[in-house]
Amino acid sequence: MDEPILEFKHFSFQYNSQSEPTVMDIDFTLRRGEKVLIAGPSGCGKSTLANCINGLIPFSYRGEMTGSVTLGGRETRDLSIFEISRMVGTVLQDSDGQFVGLTVAEDIAFALENDCVEEPELHDRVAAAAKLVDVDTHLSHAPGELSGGHKQRVSLAGVLVDDVDILLFDEPLANLDPATGKQAMELIDRMQKETGAAVIIIEHRLEDVLHRDVDRIVLMREGRIIADQSPDELLSGPLLTETGIREPLYITALKYAGTEITPAMAPHSIRTVVIDETVREKVQHWYRTAPPAPPRDELPELLEVRDVSFAYPGHQALRHISVAIRRGELTAVVGTNGAGKTTFSKVVCGFETQQEGSVFLNGEDMAGLSIKERADHIGYVMQNPNQMISKVQIYDEVALGLRTRGVPEEEIGPRVEDALRVCGLWPFRNWPVSALSFGQKKRVTIASILVLEPELIILDEPTAGQDYRHYTDIMEFLTELNRRGVTICMITHDMHLMLEYARRAVVFSRGEIIADDTGANILTDPDIIARASLKETSLYDLAVKCGIDSPRDFVQRFIDYEREAVRK
Amino acid sequence: MTNLFNYIDRPSPIHRLTGATKFLCLLLWSFAAMSTYDTRFLTALAVLSLVLFRVSRIGLRDVKFMLGFTAVFLVINSIFIYLFSPRHGTELYGTCTVILGSGRYALTKEQLFYHLNYFLKYLATIPIVLLFVSTTNPSEFAASLNKLGVKYSVAYSVALALRYIPDVQQEYHEISQAQQARGIEMSKKASVTARLRAASSILIPLILSSMEKIEVVSNAMELRCFGKHKKRTWYMARPFRAADILCMVFCALLVAAAFALNHINGSRFYNPFI
Repeated sequence: MDEPILEFKHFSFQYNSQSEPTVMDIDFTLRRGEKVLIAGPSGCGKSTLANCINGLIPFSYRGEMTGSVTLGGRETRDLSIFEISRMVGTVLQDSDGQFVGLTVAEDIAFALENDCVEEPELHDRVAAAAKLVDVDTHLSHAPGELSGGHKQRVSLAGVLVDDVDILLFDEPLANLDPATGKQAMELIDRMQKETGAAVIIIEHRLEDVLHRDVDRIVLMREGRIIADQSPDELLSGPLLTETGIREPLYITALKYAGTEITPAMAPHSIRTVVIDETVREKVQHWYRTAPPAPPRDELPELLEVRDVSFAYPGHQALRHISVAIRRGELTAVVGTNGAGKTTFSKVVCGFETQQEGSVFLNGEDMAGLSIKERADHIGYVMQNPNQMISKVQIYDEVALGLRTRGVPEEEIGPRVEDALRVCGLWPFRNWPVSALSFGQKKRVTIASILVLEPELIILDEPTAGQDYRHYTDIMEFLTELNRRGVTICMITHDMHLMLEYARRAVVFSRGEIIADDTGANILTDPDIIARASLKETSLYDLAVKCGIDSPRDFVQRFIDYEREAVRK
Repeated sequence: MTNLFNYIDRPSPIHRLTGATKFLCLLLWSFAAMSTYDTRFLTALAVLSLVLFRVSRIGLRDVKFMLGFTAVFLVINSIFIYLFSPRHGTELYGTCTVILGSGRYALTKEQLFYHLNYFLKYLATIPIVLLFVSTTNPSEFAASLNKLGVKYSVAYSVALALRYIPDVQQEYHEISQAQQARGIEMSKKASVTARLRAASSILIPLILSSMEKIEVVSNAMELRCFGKHKKRTWYMARPFRAADILCMVFCALLVAAAFALNHINGSRFYNPFI
């Protein structure tokens, strides 16, 4: 147990294309059988560190290494990437992209094939690995047919066919819905216990990772390790919030109530956190005295979807959907992959035509309108900005929609400038798109839709792949747009987003709408949570622990408090 | 969405042949059909290819897109042959039997016969091509190519390309919709140049996002030891059986038969007019 298996000593790495080291002064030891979480905001160097562990650095990405990094006592630079792969199994973030085989079985077999394992051993080992992660009934399926959770299991099986010493997970929760994310953490925990491998998880979603215990958390900022502590110690200190990592919601609530968090309270999980009489008093007092949210006005309807059904060949995607979106609302559309939320937005935008029912905009049936005509009223922003951007210059990209509509150039100028200002892109107006970060590109795509002055903007997963700081930036920006009168509809499976920013959430499950309510009401309803593959919020459990009679009102209080008192 | 390379898994003796066998047979068969215009031979090949199609349990509906495509191509091709060389048949067969009309575009029996042979050539080869595409599992094909001596990195990239075709199609579709929503007209209403320009607004994001994917997949392959040894094994590999050998011998004989007929006929054409 005490034997160090991975050791960094005064380690730094600088990519050839960069002028400064991306990670520096790294001192870190991983022992056999340990489970460590590496957390930090985007760009802090945690992915680079992961690549230094799995051998992509220095074998695929070139750069200058100083100091030492050893695996099982040997310097990685003296090993080959193949030798490293036998010791470190990596599950990459993008589970679609890392699929190499045409079927599940071939993908699991990939490493064995490359190692020249012969029949019948090849088939036997694939079957054993598939059984370990419960995908043995899917062996002949193609990757596209699997759910996000199953894809990840297949990737895991693909590294478990070798007897690795370290399992490395790069953002394992990024593409999973909340319930599947929870199962993923349970699976990782089980694999660690069954195989005895050490586990490194790279994530910024702290609360979700802590669903199962970890031994240590390594916190990174600007290329350096700034903390290497037990979860209880780290959650009791100020470093997390200073770094821009979101602490678990129950901890935030306890702090709002004026409680001081100490390691003795075992705050790493809502199950373990000790709530004594004083804390309970404080929380109840805060609950009773927090200011209520101001009432809202009833707004006129902008979009009405009435009894819409849609089927792809052999698959009923929407069944009798009826929902209305009011002018000026900020709505979240949630549900698992395949629940129908993306199809819903495609029907609204006219990409697909419903077989039954109608869609009304401002009371008028949109049946005869083409995609382009609908786009004058409804803007659609795709999840991946790289799928939308086709111009080199930011200005041209934002102006594209106006130019294709034949708007005179002298009118385009001021409108583009306006959109760039609103989106905070004014300082970059003369930059090429390629120089922007992912989040900035996202803003470019939003600006290029905004410039068309739509009444409603639909965004597909606006915060996917963003750390807490960028997530907050994007959501504050969308809230600001919303205040200016733009109606916004977000497709998401991020529970924080629906809880904190959306006034209302519409929940899809198997092509039907199963709930249309506030986030607080939805995330405290066990039936809806189970059917939509969501996860109960820890605020609910905190309320129960503190003896609050209506956990639902407690959650709503928390949200209102954040909106009214904290933000601004 | 239509998928050009559509492997259809059905239980049939043709599916059970290895991909390399089918590939070699396809080459030999096409070579035999290309090398002669002997009507009797082509008819036999055409009938046989339709029989094989039945044996494979692939229905006409499964391949209707490709069939329609070739039919259109065949018709256009025949029209152009007639327009540009209406007397090609007469020149080939040395006689001139006019059925209809007069002058350069007079319809002759010889020209009709030439067109019949042309049509038979299509009929003898297209079903076999479709058969190859729809009964060959790409991974197993890669495995057997490797067995035939093709470098495995080359063989694997064939399989990988096939693996990504549906993904790229899907992505093209999505990008195209989003760009249309920004007002880029892709329908027939726009002029050809406008549509070409519009296509670039889809292709650029498509290429960029494909590049991202390539980086991810090549890292994933490297992390799982692709390229470690000079050889690798294949999960989908199948041993050569007697049936494989038989098929290859049969197709080789077809080529021999085609050459023999050309020799007996004295040219590539079977001439019923003398």
